[in-house]
Amino acid sequence: MNALLQRYGEEIERVLAKYPADQKRSAVMPLLYIAQREHGYVTREQLDQIAEILGISSTDVASIVGFYTLYHDEPGGKYRIQVCNDLCCALRGSEKFLEDLCRRLQVKPGETTTDGLVTVESVMCLAACDKAPMFQVQSHNEISYHEQQSVDSAIQLIESWRQVNGK
Amino acid sequence: MNEILLRHREINNLDQLPIYRQHKGFETFKRAITAMKPEEVTEIVKASGLRGRGGAGFPTGTKWSFIDKNNWPHYVVVNADESEPGTFKDREIMESNPFQFLEGVMLCAYAVSANVAYIYLRGEFWQLAAELDKHIEYLEREGLLGDKLFGSEYTLRIHTHLGAGAYICGEETALLESLEGKLGQPRLRPPFPPNFGLYGKPTVVNNVETLASVPLIVERGAEWYRGFGTEKSPGTKVFSLSGNVEKPGNYELPLGATFRELIFTHGGGIPGGRKIKAIMPAGASSSLIVADDKALDTPMDYESVPSVGAQLGSASIIVIDDSVSMDWLINKTVHFFQHESCGKCTPCREGTYWMRHLTERIHLGAANWNDVILLNEVATNIKGKCLCALGDFATEAVTSSIARFKGDFENKLQAASVDMPAKVGS
Amino acid sequence: MAEALATKTEQNLVTLTIDDRKVSVAPGTWVVDAAKQAGIDIPVFCYHPKMEPVGMCRMCLVDIGRPLVDRATGQPVLEPDGTPKIQFGAKLETGCTIPVSEGMVVRGYTDKVKAARDEVLEFLLTSHPLDCPICDKGGECPLQNLTMHFGPGESRYIFDEKKRLAKHVPLGELIFLDRERCIQCARCTRFQSEVVDDPVIGFSERGRSLEIITFSEPGFDSYWSGNTTDICPVGALTTTDFRFGARPWELRQVASICTHCPVNCNTTLNTRREAKAGGQQVVKRVMPRQNEWVNEIWICDKGRFAYQYTEAVSRISQPLLRKGGKLEPVSWDEALSAVADKVKKAGSKLVTLAGGRLSNEDYFHIKKLSEKANGLALLYCQMAGGDLVAQVGLGAGSNLGELGAGSAIVVIASDLEEEAPLWWLRVKQAAERGATLIVANPRRTKLDRFARHLLRYAYGEEAAVLHAMLDSFSPKKPDQAESVKKLLRDDALKVAALELTQAENLVVFYGSEGTDLAASNALANAAANLLIATGHVGKPNNGLVAVWDKGNAQGAWDLGLRPGEDLPAQIKEAALLYIVGADPAGDDPALAAAVDGAQFVVVQELALTKTAQAADVVLPAQAFTEREGTYTSGERRVQRFYPAVPAVDGTRADFTITAQIAAALGLKLEEQIGSLAFVPLAAATESYKGLDYGKLAEVTDQWPIVGRADVYYGGTTYDNSQGLGVQLSSAAERGQSPALSFAPLAEPAAIDGLVAVPVSRLYDRGNTILPSKLLSARLEAPQVVLNPEDAESLGLEMGKPAKVTLNGVTTLVTAHIDNSIPKGTVLIPRSLGLAISGPTPVKVAA
Repeated sequence: MNALLQRYGEEIERVLAKYPADQKRSAVMPLLYIAQREHGYVTREQLDQIAEILGISSTDVASIVGFYTLYHDEPGGKYRIQVCNDLCCALRGSEKFLEDLCRRLQVKPGETTTDGLVTVESVMCLAACDKAPMFQVQSHNEISYHEQQSVDSAIQLIESWRQVNGK
Repeated sequence: MNEILLRHREINNLDQLPIYRQHKGFETFKRAITAMKPEEVTEIVKASGLRGRGGAGFPTGTKWSFIDKNNWPHYVVVNADESEPGTFKDREIMESNPFQFLEGVMLCAYAVSANVAYIYLRGEFWQLAAELDKHIEYLEREGLLGDKLFGSEYTLRIHTHLGAGAYICGEETALLESLEGKLGQPRLRPPFPPNFGLYGKPTVVNNVETLASVPLIVERGAEWYRGFGTEKSPGTKVFSLSGNVEKPGNYELPLGATFRELIFTHGGGIPGGRKIKAIMPAGASSSLIVADDKALDTPMDYESVPSVGAQLGSASIIVIDDSVSMDWLINKTVHFFQHESCGKCTPCREGTYWMRHLTERIHLGAANWNDVILLNEVATNIKGKCLCALGDFATEAVTSSIARFKGDFENKLQAASVDMPAKVGS
Repeated sequence: MAEALATKTEQNLVTLTIDDRKVSVAPGTWVVDAAKQAGIDIPVFCYHPKMEPVGMCRMCLVDIGRPLVDRATGQPVLEPDGTPKIQFGAKLETGCTIPVSEGMVVRGYTDKVKAARDEVLEFLLTSHPLDCPICDKGGECPLQNLTMHFGPGESRYIFDEKKRLAKHVPLGELIFLDRERCIQCARCTRFQSEVVDDPVIGFSERGRSLEIITFSEPGFDSYWSGNTTDICPVGALTTTDFRFGARPWELRQVASICTHCPVNCNTTLNTRREAKAGGQQVVKRVMPRQNEWVNEIWICDKGRFAYQYTEAVSRISQPLLRKGGKLEPVSWDEALSAVADKVKKAGSKLVTLAGGRLSNEDYFHIKKLSEKANGLALLYCQMAGGDLVAQVGLGAGSNLGELGAGSAIVVIASDLEEEAPLWWLRVKQAAERGATLIVANPRRTKLDRFARHLLRYAYGEEAAVLHAMLDSFSPKKPDQAESVKKLLRDDALKVAALELTQAENLVVFYGSEGTDLAASNALANAAANLLIATGHVGKPNNGLVAVWDKGNAQGAWDLGLRPGEDLPAQIKEAALLYIVGADPAGDDPALAAAVDGAQFVVVQELALTKTAQAADVVLPAQAFTEREGTYTSGERRVQRFYPAVPAVDGTRADFTITAQIAAALGLKLEEQIGSLAFVPLAAATESYKGLDYGKLAEVTDQWPIVGRADVYYGGTTYDNSQGLGVQLSSAAERGQSPALSFAPLAEPAAIDGLVAVPVSRLYDRGNTILPSKLLSARLEAPQVVLNPEDAESLGLEMGKPAKVTLNGVTTLVTAHIDNSIPKGTVLIPRSLGLAISGPTPVKVAA
């Protein structure tokens, strides 16, 4: 039985209702977000489940996971701090911010803290160029913006997660 | 002045439906449906001279009139994939003036007889999409969206759709592919979306800012709108100002305002006693303009910016001060485009990857002058050969900086004590 | 298309200039194709003439000019010399995505174009490993060839900066991917999704990281995968079969015909001398050979990878004679004289049983021998209707590739992709071109997706469906069977029926899903009636096609062989049972017992099959790769195959052996030369009259142009220089007006409890596929397939063991569950370890 359908049946129905009945494939991106809630990345089984729901091949679903940067096919930290380090933010100090944050967390960009809580990533423009340094946090269930940040404010945020997660 | 798009800065709580309605919100939409033919809406927009704010500047009303009336259903797709480095205007409009934006979507849908509109937001706008979903639900509850609106036969639904991190989906046909659940790779054009769009059906794809301009145009008329801006570039535009400037942010100005006015009057000038060195008027896709007096006094409209060697595009003005060396800058922009190239066509896929190696080596001082010449040639070879505009965009900063800021590269390579500069081609 | 072009009138053509040459082509033709037709090369990588253009690789950039039109007057602007002024675009355009237009001027030789080709190639080569010396594609590689032609002489890219990627990625056990060589042209992924509707490979990642992936189980799960290696313009995709096997320039090319199914795809056998074969030629690979009327430029994986049975170690090379209860090797003379003795004595009790994969010459000799002895010549086959196909089969000059809007196709009782893959593809494409496709089958098949009308019926009602269709528009017989009356209440059926009466062309494919010989006979009759009653016989692109389970069953029918109506009894009564290319004892315990009951058994075979082991004399035959002959496809196209490798020492061609046996009765038949054996065959068989090997070897221009010099365009598929064959006329075309014949419709026997019905699978465990090591992992396990409700009540689970009792024999197999199967029915695939000839009571337990 399809675990995703079992767990999120109603929500999946609502998503499918957005698109014409013969264009179910359109729902692949929203369904991947739903799947990613479970583990923070898309598992092989989930690829097959989504493929089954939409009547497309598992390969087609895997292609989508590979193309778009917000889908992951392997585990990362519970929170992914995605620091915009593109041109405009870099003109306003994001390179140093990223470097300092990584030093404080003792990770390199792309790595996860030893407690498995935080992965720091350097990403492309997030459309918040006037509020650098900034980052977004991708957790299993949502994406949130954190603008005009300092390393201290970022660490504070991480501390609050540590408390919530008992680390 | 924040006359049209950024009205929320003057009207408190405009993001709340009752407040928006107090300011005549949705009266225009109601009037359109109850008293106007779809074509009349299109005619007003056409007459206003509104041009697409996503970057291409194509006349909006003309685009609407192209929709194929022999093929149904029609769709409206809103391009809210705002991803160009330096651009952050659509986000503010959707966050703070959402109902005006939605009313624009609705007027467009009515004008092209579409019963479904999709708003394609970049995946990072996750929270914004959740807010829009609530607004849409609210409109449905209020009877402003849904079946048989205002007792007419007209039905309209709006759905949000989140992307997932791909700049290329800002290209309209890649966006449509993505919305269809496929890789976000551009289609061949022609056919254009008004003939062959979403699911192969006639589709109008418009940018958020474009559509947010529509309600007041229809409410107040084309002549009123033409009172702003220039003859060929009428209306106001939100300029996203970023980079080495005192007060970065969005500024709504009439088209034709000068760079100097934006950067110095509104943006507060260059911080830290630095001097302005260069301007990128269209985000990372832009050529670098030498920020001399002539450039600073150039009006920011679709016709004038090319005279100083760039395009207005999405009017995302990145200010570069004299602390910045161009080898660093193009390494950044090329990195961006190499990361975002969809890989579909050869020159962009291979060329951006190649350029990345070259800019990296040049920036790290591990290059010689031949590498600069080669970089320039690789960029030139990409240009004009790609399937969509991304490949060309990737070359603009490269070729313009080598041509206009040659000294930066000479200094870089001299500092690295490698070969002396030879002649740079073109 | 070449033919289609010729029939177009001058006004219909668009005239343009390509490289200063005037070219007239059909409207809608892409610039690259127009150039190709004129013999001008515009290089391409991603474009393939069998697929929609995508304009990705940018290799075909050309300068395109169009006549300038004065906007005010709408008139063309003229040069001072009166010629139209041509305006060229600022940018180069991709010739693969631009349709021709009147007065267009295309230039492929300007400096700008030359530079662009140079630059695009340089870009492609920055990522390419340039490992041509160890690449299987080297020698037939579009990238290599076009680089030699157009590319830069040297690379400005630093070798150390090249992306290093995995070079031996199995996309499954049949196809390997070299990620470094891939140029992301998407020919393979587009072929899989657009052409064959198996989107099991795709792109992942993006930009320079774009890479081919597969997530199917097993990897690259498609019957079509081998074709991607033909159209791959580099050495990125290679077959496990040919990988590191030989260099293309070492290969000989021999035309052959695939005998795995009745499509009879044209193939080229590539052979090379090998030390392991004592310096003899061996088959290195099977490649498609272009025949746009048959297989276009494709073949399925069974055709490509299941040829090893011809060279299996189990091949026998010396006649065997039973002496003292044991089969002992003897000389040909001794074996033949033992048989001659029995033939003379047997008289009318000579029963010949021939398999469905022999050549026409073989069948002709068997029939002649049988007639001389006044014996019985049986075809080992459980399908009927070959005689009806001869009467109302596809008319000469038919081409499924021409069917489209206005045509209708009925596919009944057939899982077409499993039974005849290329027909599935061509029917699917006809439906995509607008043909009305009616698929009638009790369960879901892959063709359903393309059907305009889907008709579901209960197993056993297949003939009734066609009767009901016929009745719905021409009620001629009031006293229809109950099953027909019930079906007549089905509106979908009536709508479908009406549509096919109105169709300009109608082709009916009938298969053997769920049928035994009697049911097949009724089905074939009903199908023929439908065609006759609607006037769809006796002309091209109309008629009846039997989806035979063997490659030359139609040839056998044409030459007078018929299935045995009570095979066990007929076998048992034989004084001399002469079995040629069939293994009844291996297929069915009941037939094994019958073979045991025959007085004297002669088996003519490649290998020591179960039947051969039970024989008194075994005569070693030659494989189709070792001799010449002809086959007749289900579309009744007679085609030649040629000897590709030397025959195994000690073997003889089937027609030779039969001729040598016939000599004992004083019957003189050609013993050596296939073409000479064909002469009396053609003379004696009405529809074959006038044919000879020369005619069958004729070729004509085909579109698209493919072949050795053009690998960049159509792929490495071979062009056809050895014969397109000849499509026979049906009796209806020769003026014999067929009559409606209402064979009584047998009501399916009422069976209490579960009923097992036979179905066909491409990858079964038959003798011709089993020796293929390549495909062994894909061959399905012995199995039953049930409806989920039945499975649940029997306590069966997907993939778990099930005990099946059929005709008193209990076998342990695997249970499969499919929710499209009607309740109470158990599917048993043929040749998968369980003998089944038709609907049979069955017991299944966990």
